[in-house]
Amino acid sequence: MVVAVASGKGGTGKTTIAVALAQCAEEGVQILDCDVEEPNVHLFLRPSLHSREPVSLLMPEVDLDKCTLCGRCAEVCHYNALAVIKERVLFFPELCHGCGACSLACPREAIREVPREIGVVEEGRADGILFVHGRLHPGEAMPSPIIRQVKAKKATVPRIVIDVSPGTACPVAEALKGTDFCLLVTEPTPFGLSDLRLAVELAGELGIPVGVVINRADLGDEGVERFCQEHSFPILLRLGFDRRIAEAYSRGIPLLPAAPELGSDFRRLWEQIEGRAMG
Amino acid sequence: MKELVVLSGKGGTGKTTLAASFAALGQGQVLADCDVDAPDLWLVLQPKIQRKGDFVGARVAQIDPERCQQCGNCQEVCHFEAVTELFTIDPLACEGCGTCALACPVEAITLLEVLTGRWFVGETPYGPMVYARLGAGQENSGKLVTLVRQQAREVAQEKGLDFVLIDGPPGIGCPVIASVSGVNAALVVTEPTLSGQHDLERVVAVCHHFGVHPLICVNKFDLNPTVTEEITVYCRKNGLEMVGQVPFDPTAVEAVVKAVPLVEYDRGEAASAIVALWERIKEIL
Repeated sequence: MVVAVASGKGGTGKTTIAVALAQCAEEGVQILDCDVEEPNVHLFLRPSLHSREPVSLLMPEVDLDKCTLCGRCAEVCHYNALAVIKERVLFFPELCHGCGACSLACPREAIREVPREIGVVEEGRADGILFVHGRLHPGEAMPSPIIRQVKAKKATVPRIVIDVSPGTACPVAEALKGTDFCLLVTEPTPFGLSDLRLAVELAGELGIPVGVVINRADLGDEGVERFCQEHSFPILLRLGFDRRIAEAYSRGIPLLPAAPELGSDFRRLWEQIEGRAMG
Repeated sequence: MKELVVLSGKGGTGKTTLAASFAALGQGQVLADCDVDAPDLWLVLQPKIQRKGDFVGARVAQIDPERCQQCGNCQEVCHFEAVTELFTIDPLACEGCGTCALACPVEAITLLEVLTGRWFVGETPYGPMVYARLGAGQENSGKLVTLVRQQAREVAQEKGLDFVLIDGPPGIGCPVIASVSGVNAALVVTEPTLSGQHDLERVVAVCHHFGVHPLICVNKFDLNPTVTEEITVYCRKNGLEMVGQVPFDPTAVEAVVKAVPLVEYDRGEAASAIVALWERIKEIL
């Protein structure tokens, strides 16, 4: 059972909900932090890390002794990562997708593909929870290869929780792919609603069933409730604004230790997710 | 022409709330929403659309089964595992690079251009606005961001304006890099939480990487004065200027619901702090 916690809009409480789900799962649970641009789960679980491996993209390295400056590499590069000028080949690493077209197209075999580190994947453990996250190095543009590598660390445990980055673009699609259920955390404001619409559209395209958690449910307006009702998206949990939880969050303390009485709500949330994902 | 981008690293720290207020406070500026996969600024500023366009932002490979001899070259060269065992293309995995087409000995592979988003130019009560929407799950958000910024600069030139205010995306990846590169300054909005602080440091590193001067602002600073103090110390140690601190204000949510920039909704403490923040930024620029 793999459940992804996503949102569209940022700052709605994805990480809080994902950590609470992991902490109340009784046996065998793993959390994968796939928000590799801004991973935060480790701030709350404080896992002891036992492995760290680099994630690399293959980048071209031009052998100028063999290169005839014919320009074929720049011609086939769809991302404008290569430019051939008078006596040199210019390479712009942040534009390179690591596809290998340049190396394949070079008539002189002057381009070799060499790995360049764009981030890391780290594994660890926090109490009974298996922990994996990825970190994109600042200045690097492409989170997706790191997300793929984090997901390759899936353990054979009954429950896996994935913390997803905000938005609805390709890194979110990469994190959602192949999950059994998508929990969308939103807030009852026009911003929350607008981004929720986009997020359900994406989940729909991927064929993943969704459920909604409304955070700070006592602020804002009725728009999100109405939207969910009209489209029959189940609202599985409503959390009111709780200064105690916000205060704990600011110090890196997860929801359940701060508000243990919510434990039963989150166990029920698991049951509902599992019921809906199976059904 | 000057460009200021509002960033945050962590989502939901108040980028759009601040940007909407800056829109109301500023004069002679073009507004650009570069959070193309979850654009929200238009919800507050409600532009009347004057122009729109399609964004053909991706290509997807297509294999002609009539021509394909199933030699497997395409599968071998594809770095993204986008060619299935049945010699079809998984469109979500395909990056549109065309390497498969280069490797195909019988020219069975073509690349189709795909419409992946739309962009809009409109007029708001506070000046012209450019924004865009990327289709769900699409790639190349950076290219669409670049297009929005280019449109914004063109509109500014047309109308004789000399300032572009950019509402940026969260994170540090491709669309953030496209939003930050070449701007005159970045306002990084954070919040006094451990997550906010952690994410701030990463987005500041991105600004430095691209040679952009980051200005720091703590939103809801009074929610945890200890962390706010830690962020202040971090800024001092790293030679970063803290340009403002905005208190927590529940009316900010009301203002969003009413689709009014906070500084026009009331003149409470948060609104006053935003006015002071905007003055300071204008001074620096």
